Amino acid sequence: MHSSLRSLRARLTWPLLTLFAFSLLALLAAPAHAATPPVSSAPIPEPNPGDTAWMLISSALVMLMVPGLALFYGGMVRQKNVLGTMMHSMVALAVLGVEWVVLGYAMSFGTDHAGLIGWDPGKLLLWNVMPQQLHEGGRITEYVFMVFQGMFAIITPALIAGAFAERVKFSAYLLFVLIWGIVVYNPVAHWIWGGGWLAPATAGDTAFHLGAMDFAGGIVVHVTAGVSALVAALYLGKRIGYPTHVLKPNSLVLTLLGAGLLWFGWFGFNGGSAIASNSNAGLAFSTTQIAAASGALAWMVAEWLKHGRPTSLGLASGLVAGLATITPCAGYVSPAAAMFIGAFAGVLCFQAVLFKSRLGYDDSLDAFGVHGIGGFVGAVLLGVFARKAYNTEGVDGVLAGNTPQLYIQLIAALSVALYAAVATLIITFVVDKLVGFRAQKSVEIEGLDPAVHGEQGWMLGDLPEPSIGLPGDESIEWEPMPETPHRQTAKARV
Amino acid sequence: MKMIIAIIQPHRLEAVKQSLTEVEVFRLTVSDVQGYGRQKGHTEYFRGQPMQVNLIRKVRLDIAVNDNFVQPTINGIIKGARSGEGGKGQVGDGKIFVLPLENVIRISDGTLGGEAI
Repeated sequence: MHSSLRSLRARLTWPLLTLFAFSLLALLAAPAHAATPPVSSAPIPEPNPGDTAWMLISSALVMLMVPGLALFYGGMVRQKNVLGTMMHSMVALAVLGVEWVVLGYAMSFGTDHAGLIGWDPGKLLLWNVMPQQLHEGGRITEYVFMVFQGMFAIITPALIAGAFAERVKFSAYLLFVLIWGIVVYNPVAHWIWGGGWLAPATAGDTAFHLGAMDFAGGIVVHVTAGVSALVAALYLGKRIGYPTHVLKPNSLVLTLLGAGLLWFGWFGFNGGSAIASNSNAGLAFSTTQIAAASGALAWMVAEWLKHGRPTSLGLASGLVAGLATITPCAGYVSPAAAMFIGAFAGVLCFQAVLFKSRLGYDDSLDAFGVHGIGGFVGAVLLGVFARKAYNTEGVDGVLAGNTPQLYIQLIAALSVALYAAVATLIITFVVDKLVGFRAQKSVEIEGLDPAVHGEQGWMLGDLPEPSIGLPGDESIEWEPMPETPHRQTAKARV
Repeated sequence: MKMIIAIIQPHRLEAVKQSLTEVEVFRLTVSDVQGYGRQKGHTEYFRGQPMQVNLIRKVRLDIAVNDNFVQPTINGIIKGARSGEGGKGQVGDGKIFVLPLENVIRISDGTLGGEAI
């Protein structure tokens, strides 16, 4: 009796503690002045159904990029780390998925404070945001905007994981992405998309605004993630055995499929960043398709010429480079510019990845070489190729006679890169001191899957379950064996 | 009785099976193995960076034969396993090892010796 009570209590301890933690979070997030939302008798304005539909689909498309990234990264690591690496992507959906609703949305898109950070207690846990409430512009509801932006907050830290794949503690990773999301992603998203100091000034706003453009996150997503990846890779050091040993990818099949899913999801990433189902979304969708294609082609051909082989990993990397680079430009440039930007990205990122081996740091899956370089170059090329003729709400670049925009883009990308680098260095240091960032050497050598997760990704070649069907196993009712010579027995079973 | 172990190129397996059928050798165990010999591996690229891969995939055949089948089996393997133009053979085509075989027992009915092969 007592023991069963005790075991019941033991079984309930963790679920209850978790529940308690979440309730506490909810209470903390509840602002002191929280009141029942006002009920008004006036007719509630409805959002635009077309825009709402496209934004909901776009949000789901961006979400699909996370498993895409899991496959893309997961295929490139050694067999013993495939699950651990895929978990890095997937668990971001969980960690940042909670963080964004509790805190991130209020920090990124709350009321602006000095251009540096947003803060709106009413947006914490969406406490005072009701489902009918419209986002500014009135075309979609605030929930739709929040959930779309949330997907970006999730995938950005997950991108960094490629830099230190195969060698970090899981607990340290969780802590890292959580702090990184709060300290790096939320402020930078606010600076550029939430009306902060890098954003263009809105009418009647007298505060300082640089006026940088970033359509879908070349700076907010790819520069922050890429630069942080480089810093983390430098801080954490090389994998055991790099570069003297062969660290073979377990399945480039996964990587190719993952790259394909990333391409598919990117239509929501860029197309959805028009925040409407309009001509601008159509432009962003088209330039995304064009740049991905030319990026893939450029990398593949560059590698073919250099090493004599067109590799599948080259094609996959090239398309991702093209996509990362067109991201800031997608809704502002012409199709021809998109084609150039994609191809330029393909060749440049290929060179950057080659150059890495000469510098000697170990960015395992080239998060910096592809996303950092791609995002930065894209943000700068926006200042060259942008044309107001393609987006009246956009800007003109150098080719349209507006040279200052190039400098604005450069300053914005550089300041964000600098901020991300310094902040990541501090976060990495703190996490390292708190829980130890690198996995133990024995864990790294055995592999993250068995040592950390107690699981195994691939079981090909495993023996059948040894404990089933042993002699004397009474759980199986055997059919009587036919009394025939063994050759016929074999035939009879067929 | 002899145990014949052959290490061959994976893509020659079908040809070897065919030439063994021609000499009426119908018993064969095949396994996936890795190793290196005179070829000393090859180069693969990971994102443009060369990787020296020295363990190469091969296929291993285990064939137990009675003495009068030894030479036909060896000839059959050689015929099927030689790669290159016109079956001239080239480095990396593999090796054949012939080992003495003490006994053979068929598990299902306990038959012993040459009859059990």
